[in-house]
Amino acid sequence: MKTNYYQSQDLKKFKNISDWSPELGKKFFDYYNSVFEEGALTAREKSLIALAVAHTVQCPYCIDAYTQEGLQRGIDKAEMMEAVHVAGAIRGGASLVHGVQMMEGYNKRSM
Amino acid sequence: MPQKSLKAQKSILASTQKQLDLLSNGIFASGELPQFSERIADQGSSSLRPKKLEILQMNIGYMCNQVCAHCHVDAGPDRKEMMTRATLEKCLKLIETTAVHTLDLTGGAPEMHPDFRWFVERAAALGVQDFIVRSNLTIIRANKKYNDLPQFFKAHHIHVVSSLPFYKKEKTDRQRGDGVFKKSIEAIQMLNAVGYGQPDSDLLLDLVYNPSGAFLPGDQQALENDFKKALKADFDIDFNQLFTITNMPISRFLDYLVASENYEDYMYALVESYNPAALENVMCTNTLSVRWDGYLYDCDFNQMLDLKVDSPVQHLDDFNEAQLQDRTICISQHCYGCTAGAGSSCQGSVV
Repeated sequence: MKTNYYQSQDLKKFKNISDWSPELGKKFFDYYNSVFEEGALTAREKSLIALAVAHTVQCPYCIDAYTQEGLQRGIDKAEMMEAVHVAGAIRGGASLVHGVQMMEGYNKRSM
Repeated sequence: MPQKSLKAQKSILASTQKQLDLLSNGIFASGELPQFSERIADQGSSSLRPKKLEILQMNIGYMCNQVCAHCHVDAGPDRKEMMTRATLEKCLKLIETTAVHTLDLTGGAPEMHPDFRWFVERAAALGVQDFIVRSNLTIIRANKKYNDLPQFFKAHHIHVVSSLPFYKKEKTDRQRGDGVFKKSIEAIQMLNAVGYGQPDSDLLLDLVYNPSGAFLPGDQQALENDFKKALKADFDIDFNQLFTITNMPISRFLDYLVASENYEDYMYALVESYNPAALENVMCTNTLSVRWDGYLYDCDFNQMLDLKVDSPVQHLDDFNEAQLQDRTICISQHCYGCTAGAGSSCQGSVV
């Protein structure tokens, strides 16, 4: 039995999710690959978005994968860190914007 | 950054046998990953054999003014191996008597060889179609006596191929040493000034990109576009093509992989990225690599592992093209470096 919930080697086995549901697995990976193709956004831009989202969903596999992919694409550390700050800003903003709800609730109930 | 070669440090990995042992044991011996020979057998190739001999790659010496962290040659100022004039003459004879159309001079820094200019003048006079010199760029700025190299290259219509790991200072200097980026940029500007890499010129200047770490190169065309855009905007520099070259898990890069605990993940990445189409175009099928002492190899990487050609003809002294071409190419796990992704060769990706 593994001792940790997350194992870095599991990233290499990602494709195995198709084993128990080949049809859905294939649909997912076809979709996934299409999403990252060059389009209205460049593949490089999509890679940075993926890196930011990986931090938002706090997926260690995705962070590992898109850090490595960013290196391969020649994305430098300043660009990667800015993308992470975008994730941080949206996450922080998402908490803070609820402050309006708190303020309104507070004011409504206060004399 | 290393200051000395693995050889001068008396590192265990200065031994080619130790490198080959490392590449054959561990994850490859346990069956966790297939050996390269097994992988190509799955594709129906029991062995790799040469096609037509088209490229002569001469490694004329291991001396270099730089000690790059990824160098597969383990080159540096402390390396004294140099091709003698007699061996250089034998290479000229080979060029004259075979249908080789590309001559590729490498090192070390080939310009540091005392007979470099003598040889280039004679070889250029033989009229090979494509005469490549692999210049590390900084040599042009290293000493006054090298400052006129751009004019010398131009006079002999040399095709200059130069390493520039990245279009920004930080990554370049980390891989190749402090100050290398600045000197490289100045050298490219000097080459541009005499006509190299200019849109209306036939003087070719290609740059080589090696990943600065334990990862594979990205798409060659996309990186070339990024390099061109950044170098033009920041330094008004032009060049022709960018060649992406995968770092081979041998010599100093292998030492780095082991020391940084990246070896297994890197080999996994190479094996998982194996591309059958790249196998069709690997450079060892049309190249012959000559070592400074006249011994013959399938490629510069096999030269650094001292895997001599598997033929009765192993040295320039015994050169016989028909006999030599009837051989099997020596392979080991490092060959995955040339078949990963879009493939890799001294001319960049192959697919």
